[in-house]
Amino acid sequence: MSRRVMALLRRDLTRLLLGGRGGGAVLPVLFFLSVAMLYPFAVGPDAPLLARTGGGVIWVAALLAAILPLDRLVEPDIEMGMFDQWALRGITEELVIAVRVLAHWLSFGPPLMLAALPAAALLGLDGNTLRIVEIGLLAGTPGLAALGVTVAALTAGLRGGAALSGLLVIPMAVPILIFGAGSLGMGGESGLALTGAASLVLLAIAPFAGGAAARAARG
Amino acid sequence: MQGAAVSVTDLACRRGDRVLFRRLSLRLAAGEALQIAGHNGIGKSSLLRIVAGLAPAFAGSVEVNGTIGLIDERHALDPVQPLGKALAFWQHIDGAADNELARLGLSDLLDVPVRYLSTGQKKRAALARLIGQKASVWLLDEPLNGLDVHAVELTETLVAEHCAAGGIALVASHQPFALPGMGRLALAEYAA
Repeated sequence: MSRRVMALLRRDLTRLLLGGRGGGAVLPVLFFLSVAMLYPFAVGPDAPLLARTGGGVIWVAALLAAILPLDRLVEPDIEMGMFDQWALRGITEELVIAVRVLAHWLSFGPPLMLAALPAAALLGLDGNTLRIVEIGLLAGTPGLAALGVTVAALTAGLRGGAALSGLLVIPMAVPILIFGAGSLGMGGESGLALTGAASLVLLAIAPFAGGAAARAARG
Repeated sequence: MQGAAVSVTDLACRRGDRVLFRRLSLRLAAGEALQIAGHNGIGKSSLLRIVAGLAPAFAGSVEVNGTIGLIDERHALDPVQPLGKALAFWQHIDGAADNELARLGLSDLLDVPVRYLSTGQKKRAALARLIGQKASVWLLDEPLNGLDVHAVELTETLVAEHCAAGGIALVASHQPFALPGMGRLALAEYAA
């Protein structure tokens, strides 16, 4: 079994991290950095304002960057019959989705955390704020990954599924955004803990909800 | 592959509001092959998917003893990957085995991305995947589509060898499939 899990993970990482035609992890990171770069242009060079709002901007940019690869998370595999072939071999949709959540997180979570360093410099965040942003991203991005894969499985095969999945993810990601960005203000550590809790709930649900959705789409 | 068996009892299939076929029963023992014939849309692919357990039966039951391998129009090979890597993925999943690449004429194509392969080449690649799976029950949905004369003969030979080794083959095709001792089931007789 572990041999199969490794094969699945390696394939997912090749597709999501290195990318092929989709651009892999590069596109979300560039998107994330361009938001951090454009924001000071839009609000003007007011350093205290930038430092105060910059953490929140990083969070919004991270959330939107996580949406970019949704349309290639599940749908292509259903279309080319991969899920059929896995089912014949006794590899459940739940396992495939669980592995995909991990691969999706690896392909955007750590890259975004790295990209948050230059972004923090662009926005003039101080060291302490950056630390809380990084811990918050570490706690929150796994939940965003789980949510993204679940919604991608739910909308696979629908016409306009890509646009729909983006719209579905945003409201459901609001708790993570509130707690994550809130930890920068008065919430502090409890905000981080709640971000982690929201992530864990999403991570626990994703394989079952996403697995059932993929099975239904395979039909 | 010992003891492979397929048994279908009183099967009915519904697609949307329409019942495609009903009261279909068939029984295949190790070494037997059956061609499912019928015009487009009569439910050949649906029957194979039900036997594979990928789609629910509307009524009736299916029992399969043995592992199932399926080839249909979706070849399950990553289009952007070179053929060698796309097949290697399935080798990791199924365990290393001889895919008979040389015999299928794929040895020279391993560096070519799957999306650049022709229809017939993709079909042969799917056959390589199927052979590597070492499944005892082969479900082939229009396996001859897009194949040249030589590849058609090769496919027939591969199915014959599979059955000779104790495997079972269910072939859904509107084309003639030359295989000695192969049964034939006209799906039109069961149309609802």
